[in-house]
Amino acid sequence: MAWTKKILRVNLTEGKVSSEPLNMEWAQQYLGQRGLATRYLVDEIDPKCDPLGPENKLIMATGPLTGTMVSTGGRYSVITKSPLTNCVACSNSGGFIGAEMKSAGWDMIIFEGKSPKPVYLYVENETAELVPADDLWGKSVWEADKLIHEKHGDPQLRISCIGRAAEAGCLYSAVINDLHRAAGRSGVGTVMGSKNLKAVAVRGTRGVGNIKDPKRFMEEVSKAKQVLAENEVTGKGLPTYGTQVLMNVINEVGAMPTRNMREVQFEHANQISAEAMAEPRKSDGKPNLTTNAGCFACTIACGRISTIDKTHYSVVNKPEYWGNSGGLEYEAAWALGCDTGVGDLDALTYANFVCNEDGMDPISFGATVAAAMELYDIGAIDSKTTGGIEMKFGSAEALTQAAELTARGEGFGQDLGLGSKRLCEKYGHPDLSMTVKGQEFPAYDPRGIQGMGLTYATSNRGACHLRSYTVASEILGIPEKTDPLATEGKPGLVKAFQDATAAVDSTGCCVFTTFAWTLENFAPQLDAACEGDWTPEKLVEVGERIWNLEREFNLKAGITAADDTLPKRFFTEGANTGPAKGKKSGVKEMMPEYYQLRGWSAEGTINPDTRKRLGLPG
Amino acid sequence: MKITLKLFASLTDYLPEGAVRNAAEVEVPAGASLNAVIDRYRVPRELAHLVLVNGVYAGASEREKSCLKEGDTLAIWPPVAGG
Repeated sequence: MAWTKKILRVNLTEGKVSSEPLNMEWAQQYLGQRGLATRYLVDEIDPKCDPLGPENKLIMATGPLTGTMVSTGGRYSVITKSPLTNCVACSNSGGFIGAEMKSAGWDMIIFEGKSPKPVYLYVENETAELVPADDLWGKSVWEADKLIHEKHGDPQLRISCIGRAAEAGCLYSAVINDLHRAAGRSGVGTVMGSKNLKAVAVRGTRGVGNIKDPKRFMEEVSKAKQVLAENEVTGKGLPTYGTQVLMNVINEVGAMPTRNMREVQFEHANQISAEAMAEPRKSDGKPNLTTNAGCFACTIACGRISTIDKTHYSVVNKPEYWGNSGGLEYEAAWALGCDTGVGDLDALTYANFVCNEDGMDPISFGATVAAAMELYDIGAIDSKTTGGIEMKFGSAEALTQAAELTARGEGFGQDLGLGSKRLCEKYGHPDLSMTVKGQEFPAYDPRGIQGMGLTYATSNRGACHLRSYTVASEILGIPEKTDPLATEGKPGLVKAFQDATAAVDSTGCCVFTTFAWTLENFAPQLDAACEGDWTPEKLVEVGERIWNLEREFNLKAGITAADDTLPKRFFTEGANTGPAKGKKSGVKEMMPEYYQLRGWSAEGTINPDTRKRLGLPG
Repeated sequence: MKITLKLFASLTDYLPEGAVRNAAEVEVPAGASLNAVIDRYRVPRELAHLVLVNGVYAGASEREKSCLKEGDTLAIWPPVAGG
């Protein structure tokens, strides 16, 4: 078992909630969370629908291990059609609300239609109701979270919420839960806003007791936790330094996208790194990093809790930003810092706080600011366009002003809220947008890490590192070291990472466990908890099925092989410094082999025998 | 000869005095191997997981055989990851 076998369906148009059984046949084929919710989305919406129209649906889904004692078993995902990419979107978040939803008795919540007025969903175990939220509309995530807690008089409520960015239509708005955890990418918060759904507040007290073989489950969980504890990365590196430890690594290997990816090394990387976050600052002797933090059931605890220097220009006279909040993770520090050329740690932390406060994806936001800075640099926009902001690379003030404006949908923030692709098109330079399928790149240059180029080009949700993190192999040597500058063998590596990750994302666990766990560690835990026979081989098959289902959705939405590529810059401009100097992306050479390994045609469509082997619907 | 030695994460503790932002310019014997420098600064070899010379990865055999040159940058991390 482990699934609660129940779905909460919320019809926002009619203001009705209902309960229905989970399709257990699909659960055996798609497991949970990312996979299973995508199966429902494919069944229930037209892939060509307007992502911001009432015909789109939004699903909040847990995995079978969410809410259990498995390490990191607190994840949930938000699945919908993305307004940023027009592809399938699945954004994964930690914190505590996923486990709370499961503990309330629900595997997933499906939102459909559009509420005529702002509402939030209140769930207390088996009861659920839509509550008017006129008083919450126009509030930030932090304000709305506080008001909902006060209204119900329950400090233990777990809340997912959108901020003013989503209300204003920023296309990369996030759904923030527990104040600073985010279902961050692809504009899932924008879809939530389009439905006039401000928040989901959940209280669950039933626990997750429906485990197939409790004694064996406890034994398997204990063994797997031991593996995490004894691993240098998950037992020591991540809790101590967080993901930000990568800042100096990626810069040293010459794969640090800098100033909108014109360059591949950032001269101030060591000022915004994990090591820098731990250094006492001059003003008060305290470091930026206060402590690490863990999500529900996590035994890794990579999260960063930080403070901003109270004397920093960004927060002077703003005491609401003086306390601890979610600090910089690597991808955010890269986008807000290296990509914009800003080396001011406090400014980046402030911009990150604003992203949390009003629900914006810091990767897409930072990368869009970087694109605006290049547009400014070449004269395509000027200070009249920006409302007076001098949008120069390296300007901390420009970054923090841009964060405030975009978070509130004001002035030039409305342009920045379009995302890099639409911004660069609007001002006549589409080639300056560093995106795939409309979504901004993360923090690895595809010239210096060739496998990541193929990862971005083929990712089903647009450019993304979390769909196949070949950095683990190409740079960090996990599970084995491969040459980051080579293209040979990368199509197979990318496919293997994609399939395994799709399975892991459907369990309810965090992908960071895979720095220590393989599917050999997941399978016995799943098998002890869930009905069915769960082996590593079955998980690979489930992962491949999920990948192809997502691909099929995208094909039906209008994506073609021509979209499986990178921006022109990576084919025409070699890396300017470092080990990859002169190197360009080999994506075009790798793609035919990738399609072949996937069982796809040369046009990127799924071959009939592949569809049959995986049992794809329709 | 002079090289730049960079030690990161938990290896920061092994940096010589005067290091700034995880980097120090150090004097090592001409033609020193990577392992010779790793040992000279008492970095436990089992923690020298990611070893880069001018940004290029050096595997176990190269650390013993390869010689450093004047002006090289040797950067070392324990097992780390992120994303």
